Amino acid sequence: MAPSTLFDKIWDAHQVAPGLIYIDLHLVHEVTSPQAFESLRLAGRTVRRPDRTLATADHNVPTDGSTAAAQIRDQLSRVQVETLESNCREFGIPAYSIGSSRQGIVHVIGPELGVTQPGMTIVCGDSHTSTHGAFGALAFGIGTSEVEHVLATQTLQQQKPSTMRITYEGELGPGVTAKDLILATIQRIGTDGGVGRAIEYAGAAVERLSMEGRMTVCNMTMEAGGRAGLIAPDDKTLEWIEGRPAAPDPLPVDDWHSLRSDSGAAFGSEVAIDASEVSPQVTWGTTPAQVVGVTGAVPEPASDGDRRALEYMALAPGTPMREIPLDRVFIGSCTNSRISDLREAAEVVRGRRVSAQVNAMVVPGSQQVKAQAEAEGLDDVFRKAGFDWRSAGCSMCLAMNPDVLQAGERCASTSNRNYEGRQGAGGRTHLVSPRMAAAAAVEGHFVDIREWS
Amino acid sequence: MQPVRVVDGEVTVLDRADVDTDQIISKKQLKRVERTGYGRFLFEEWAKEPGWHLPPNPILAAGRNFGCGSSREHAPWALEDYGFRAIVAPSFGDIFYSNCTKIGLLPVVLPEDEVRALMAAGHARIDLEEQEVAFAGRRVSFDIDSETARRLLEGLDDIGVTLQQEPAIDAFERRQQRHGPVTTAL
Repeated sequence: MAPSTLFDKIWDAHQVAPGLIYIDLHLVHEVTSPQAFESLRLAGRTVRRPDRTLATADHNVPTDGSTAAAQIRDQLSRVQVETLESNCREFGIPAYSIGSSRQGIVHVIGPELGVTQPGMTIVCGDSHTSTHGAFGALAFGIGTSEVEHVLATQTLQQQKPSTMRITYEGELGPGVTAKDLILATIQRIGTDGGVGRAIEYAGAAVERLSMEGRMTVCNMTMEAGGRAGLIAPDDKTLEWIEGRPAAPDPLPVDDWHSLRSDSGAAFGSEVAIDASEVSPQVTWGTTPAQVVGVTGAVPEPASDGDRRALEYMALAPGTPMREIPLDRVFIGSCTNSRISDLREAAEVVRGRRVSAQVNAMVVPGSQQVKAQAEAEGLDDVFRKAGFDWRSAGCSMCLAMNPDVLQAGERCASTSNRNYEGRQGAGGRTHLVSPRMAAAAAVEGHFVDIREWS
Repeated sequence: MQPVRVVDGEVTVLDRADVDTDQIISKKQLKRVERTGYGRFLFEEWAKEPGWHLPPNPILAAGRNFGCGSSREHAPWALEDYGFRAIVAPSFGDIFYSNCTKIGLLPVVLPEDEVRALMAAGHARIDLEEQEVAFAGRRVSFDIDSETARRLLEGLDDIGVTLQQEPAIDAFERRQQRHGPVTTAL
């Protein structure tokens, strides 16, 4: 048999018919599902596999500790979350909405519950579904029409993407994280470098990453245009899954270990990146590819898009990144809100104070991450340092809930998108790692975490 | 979905790269649970800029990586509701491209220099069956997945088409080995 890639193995195992693939797990949230359920009802159709479907409320959820949808003050948000709850009741779909101890960002709770498993096909009406590829699953975002299609048929009509492998040689330096690695990768291949491709991340630097770090890398695949990001499962993956509520007992160890690209498997394209050359990254513009090392400066614009971005960001070329003053710091989002992200940030701020000019917040990715952090006393570390300790949700990643930037405010954010207005109309976002965000909160501007003490 | 065969008319130019779906339709509108009425919110923030001009012609021509970012189908809903029937660009965000084809909004990929020429021409005729764009006295062919093209040309209901394969889905589920408890058993 010809050697095949991890992607090919999963794809081939899920072909129901030419162009039709089976979906093992469908994750649902309140924003992209209401129209799908409504169309389903109008057509007199039902949900084929509620037992392979799981819902949570995250985008609209206030992070003030509300325990029921009825407490959401914004009427449209309240209706959207209540609509999710009633749709799930009607179709028998398990839903962890506001007030549930399992509620959280959909891409945090899937792995946390163990429903995300190697070899699966996973979809969700959210572009950051690629996160789940960190477990060796084929996971990608879909639109509302496709959400409806999966609800009704548990399958998707899909063109087979081509493949790309990004191999990281060398080791990440001290203080350099998975976030820096993926930002540097996006800068290298561009915002559309991965369009139409399933990207496998490989190499020693990826193998050494924690599962949370791997999720951060796969999460931002979309920011390079990639359809899906995958990392082959290993012992670390299996250890992470074992014992979680949906974990098989015993784990199918041999099956999962066989999920890797065969030696000699051909990829559509190959990219090699030296991880040891990656420094802590800070974005300066309005796409994640507009990024530079923290010791660098705002570059000279090379295109109309660059000029527009600099104007929006109110930055002059040549300004050292470390001299950019900040108003806000946001630690959270499906990219960086897991327990190890919070531990790393807490280590940085322990015994220190947030700068008087900065309003800083930490938003755990799920109620379970929140509970774990509180059991470890991390909430206390953050609060004593002057951070606002919030409840689980998407929060200020996308400004669909009360956590927003005001026009003109500048924020160091651990999220995934620095688009114009992403965190609030007129707001200015700089993407960084949790450690870099935490140190920036203390100093009121970016610092090189490798030298800062 | 209405069948799509030919889109013929004036070209609206949006000469920007990396136009993300957050710009196309603001998150403020994502809280609505309806599927219609998004056109008037198209590019809500950019429309406040002086000199903004986006006539609702049948064809929109845009820069590289159009529709990148969020999976929100509200973006194609808004473009379609505004009046566009086809979008021509050098590349598209994957999910956006797929979402367009689900609602009969035709995405056409052309090389960057051809998109520039089409922008300058101001008028074009896109023939999906021939996979060809005619403008300024020339014809340029484009690629589209044959199954996607067939569904657009015939205006097929995707779910209806798939449900005809229900026996194959049943058979797949019977032979597939899966591990661990289902979501309803957690």
